[in-house]
Amino acid sequence: MENLGRIIKVSGPLVVAENMTGSKMYDVVFVSENMLMGEIIEISHDRASIQVYEETGGVGVGEPVYRTDMPLTAELGPGLIQSIYDGIQRPLDIIYSRAGDFITRGIMVPALSREKKWVFNSLVKVNEHVEYGDFLGYVDETTLIKHYIMVPEGVSGEIIEIYQGEFTVEETIAKIKTSSNIIDIKMLQKWPVRKHRPYFKKINSDIPLLTGYRVIDTFFPIAKGGTACIPGPFGSGKTVLQQQFARWIDANVIVYIGCGERGNEMTDVLMEFPELKDPKSGEPLMKRTVLIANTSNMPVAAREASVYTGITIAEYFRDMGYSVALMADSTSRWAEAMREISGRLEEMPGDEGYPAYLGARLASFYERAGIVKCLSKKQDITGALTIIGAVSPPGGDLSDPVVQATLRVAKVFWSLEANLAYSRHFPAISWLNSYSLYNDAVKEYFDKNIHEDFFSQKSEAMTLLEREAELEEIVRLVGIESLSGAERIILLAARMIREDFLQQNAYHEFDKYTIIEKQYIMLKIIIHFYKQAIEYLNIGVDINKIEKMQIKEAIARMKNMDDKNMDKIKSINDKIDIEFEELRTKEEI
Amino acid sequence: MLKEYRSITNIYGPLLIVEGVENVKYEELVEVEISEGILRNGRVLEVEGDKALVQIFEGTRGIDTEKSRVRFLGRGIQMYLSPDILGKVFTGLGKPRTESDRILPEKKLDINGSPINPFARDYPNEFIQTGISSIDGLNTLVRGQKLPVFTGAGLPHNKIAAQIARQSTVLGKKEEFSVVFIAIGITFEESEYFINDFRKTGALQRSVLVLNLADDPAIERIATPRVGLTCAEYLAFEKDMHVLVILTDMTNYCEALKEISAARKEVPGRRGYPGYMYTDLASIYERAGRIKGKKGSITQIPILTMPEDDKTHPVPDLTGYITEGQIILSRSLHKKKISPPIDALPSLSRLKDKGIGKNKTREDHADLFNQLYAAYARGKEVQELAVILGEAALTDTDKLYYKFAEDFEVQYVSQGDYENRSIDYTLDLGWKLLSIFPREELKRISDEFLVKYLPDLISEDAAQTT
Repeated sequence: MENLGRIIKVSGPLVVAENMTGSKMYDVVFVSENMLMGEIIEISHDRASIQVYEETGGVGVGEPVYRTDMPLTAELGPGLIQSIYDGIQRPLDIIYSRAGDFITRGIMVPALSREKKWVFNSLVKVNEHVEYGDFLGYVDETTLIKHYIMVPEGVSGEIIEIYQGEFTVEETIAKIKTSSNIIDIKMLQKWPVRKHRPYFKKINSDIPLLTGYRVIDTFFPIAKGGTACIPGPFGSGKTVLQQQFARWIDANVIVYIGCGERGNEMTDVLMEFPELKDPKSGEPLMKRTVLIANTSNMPVAAREASVYTGITIAEYFRDMGYSVALMADSTSRWAEAMREISGRLEEMPGDEGYPAYLGARLASFYERAGIVKCLSKKQDITGALTIIGAVSPPGGDLSDPVVQATLRVAKVFWSLEANLAYSRHFPAISWLNSYSLYNDAVKEYFDKNIHEDFFSQKSEAMTLLEREAELEEIVRLVGIESLSGAERIILLAARMIREDFLQQNAYHEFDKYTIIEKQYIMLKIIIHFYKQAIEYLNIGVDINKIEKMQIKEAIARMKNMDDKNMDKIKSINDKIDIEFEELRTKEEI
Repeated sequence: MLKEYRSITNIYGPLLIVEGVENVKYEELVEVEISEGILRNGRVLEVEGDKALVQIFEGTRGIDTEKSRVRFLGRGIQMYLSPDILGKVFTGLGKPRTESDRILPEKKLDINGSPINPFARDYPNEFIQTGISSIDGLNTLVRGQKLPVFTGAGLPHNKIAAQIARQSTVLGKKEEFSVVFIAIGITFEESEYFINDFRKTGALQRSVLVLNLADDPAIERIATPRVGLTCAEYLAFEKDMHVLVILTDMTNYCEALKEISAARKEVPGRRGYPGYMYTDLASIYERAGRIKGKKGSITQIPILTMPEDDKTHPVPDLTGYITEGQIILSRSLHKKKISPPIDALPSLSRLKDKGIGKNKTREDHADLFNQLYAAYARGKEVQELAVILGEAALTDTDKLYYKFAEDFEVQYVSQGDYENRSIDYTLDLGWKLLSIFPREELKRISDEFLVKYLPDLISEDAAQTT
């Protein structure tokens, strides 16, 4: 074969081949007789540098390189949900059944089963005119997901045949007559992962994506279609947080990318998700989840690809009008993979050895999030893609280039801090350093759907927390006696907000997820306590008595109360009033 | 007959370049014959055209460009294995250390192994009782976990590792752990300490020792952990054994990695360590775990020295991102004669939630842990405050916390090197220490357990019923 490349250099995951004239950037190739998959990342004359997605041990100079002249693509179609893929979309469960416990090289398995038959239900009629993005029909992929089959890119015309019934992903389900010819439409479609999937237009997002975390939903909300970044040192709870999102977040489809992280963590997700029930439908969570696992000991170049594979699948479901949430844990490992490849290419390094294009790559990844009006002109549908990326800065140092580049594009910053984790304040999200730029956008939603004082209440709580930080400084220097009664009440109330509102136990039956209505009531009760305390202090009630009030225990326990019993929670409000009255009468004021 | 080359052109540091080679593969094992019968081993780091870059494990001293002959062996480094490896001692490259350590191999395995398919993994959830309260009670170890010990120069990390190896059992099961002890650049004395301890307790018969001592070639350390882990995988996944792997000291491994990276003139990452150190370390640490349908397991206890006790140094930092928690030793506790000086606050076992609770340790374990931890954290804060303001300035509640933190360190954390505490003893000790607090301070424990386990309440209840 004249078209064969020839290897002239092997250096870790980077292979250089000659006789590659005619190949394009980001084309997929297969390296050596072992057929190791790789991608062209640099071309110089007839030489191409290839990043190989598998271990290159045993590969030598002179071995062949097979071209495909195709970019790296993701397979899209029924069968994606409930799958677990590696970074280049090979199903790990099938690899396990074929190759055993360890991942061997050069295995080729299609991402979607070619044998499985799906029941296709058509939504269009013969003679109907359809265009790119229109729905042709759907498959009930799981009880939670209706998988719509869309007209693929570049096709528009009239339906001349449409079928109904059981098909595999490679069988024709419709025929469309375009201006030039007749095209067979199959359920299986392919899309190059490094290219955005198109949409009609992006729209601003003003609906919060509720996570059930009080510190997030109330104080630092993320909007549907938004972007968020969670940096934190090891042990601060990034992964627990990401996994909790994957469990409870209010989205239709979850794409979870374990990028260069621990193998046992993926196992945890794999074992737990089929057991856990979606709070709304009662169905197993797995039925809305796609997992991508490229653990830290799996080949480094595939780690680079895993993020793109994941987001392409996420965009595909967005195009069906779903709200999709993508968790990437951790983008630092992705950036490190880029750094390693860049180093092998002998590129001029930027900060900390990262390539100069690190910022651009991260930005274009996060920019794939958003709420969009989908392409189809027939159905007026909007889809949302939300990205939540964990970052693992060395030593928890936020000046790390990956953190800084991410902060420039992500609009929500949940800062995880080690000292909070040490004092068992979980989630260890700092209330002083975190921010959300969606606060203004989602205000209207909260005003309308929860209560118009939701925002004023939360800013009051935030003020208390900020005042606490200042007062703590003073206490540290001169002791608590130097504070006035009102200041001590601020400390008391702020401690309540921290311990009884912000802290949340991911393993408690009722505490792990708090509906937004309950969050509002909880904060309202604490603020009410604060206001009453100040009032009664002013008429002469002893501060020491207020600090020892019984009601504090009821407030502390309200997070563990079932949200179905909202009246019982609300009744704490009245009990506060009663106890303050008792204090007053006892002191005969 | 293998082709021999006499075409070494450059030698620098641990590396050499051989020109005019054919059919050389990346990662291939290399033999250099300096003179009759004197061999050095190496591996191919890079091939480009007819040039191969070779890293020599035992150092390049004595190699010249004229007479030294190079052979490429067409395979990676392999470890010869059979069940007889138990009780034997190997060099850092996996060769028998003395004549009596020779075995009749049943199998050869490449020391690099292959990554475990995440789908094939079984979740580690079997509680290992180490008999050390601050591990069992607060940073519970489970079978298949990788839990490193972060230590500093001069701290008694070896004692702790030996104690874990000596005392570890799984409750209700009779199986003993096999131990794979991997010494990476540690001194003869340190290594001898472990070997003597294994000998005394009879553990030597079920141990494999892979030793690269401080005066052994530094570059060999790249291979040492992989040799040991290949033995561990063989014992665990082919011979159904539960294997405890002790790797000490991983900082020396990283130094060797840095040396090669520097010799190759690579762009360094933080503090001169190569940018790919995370991936490289992961390829070692991730070789712990359990596999579905296999009886055996690999539990790793890597030990590493934090330069200047700095947890943010790249070696502990990257390790912490890969392993499932860490046990951190504290110099200030060590000075207070608390032994083992385990610093409970920054230590963590990520897998503890799966290994504790009803039917595993005891139903009250999780609540008790949270309360002890929170109380100790508060106690330490109060102690700091007392240093600035004096003890007299503390509130009554704060004084309780002050005392608790002291008692906790002396009674709970501190224990003898040969004291093997049962999990029930550890839990009850926790309850005893908490009993100094009024009940409303124990917010993190559910009422049910307070009534059932808190010593004071139990006696009160008893008093009422009589």
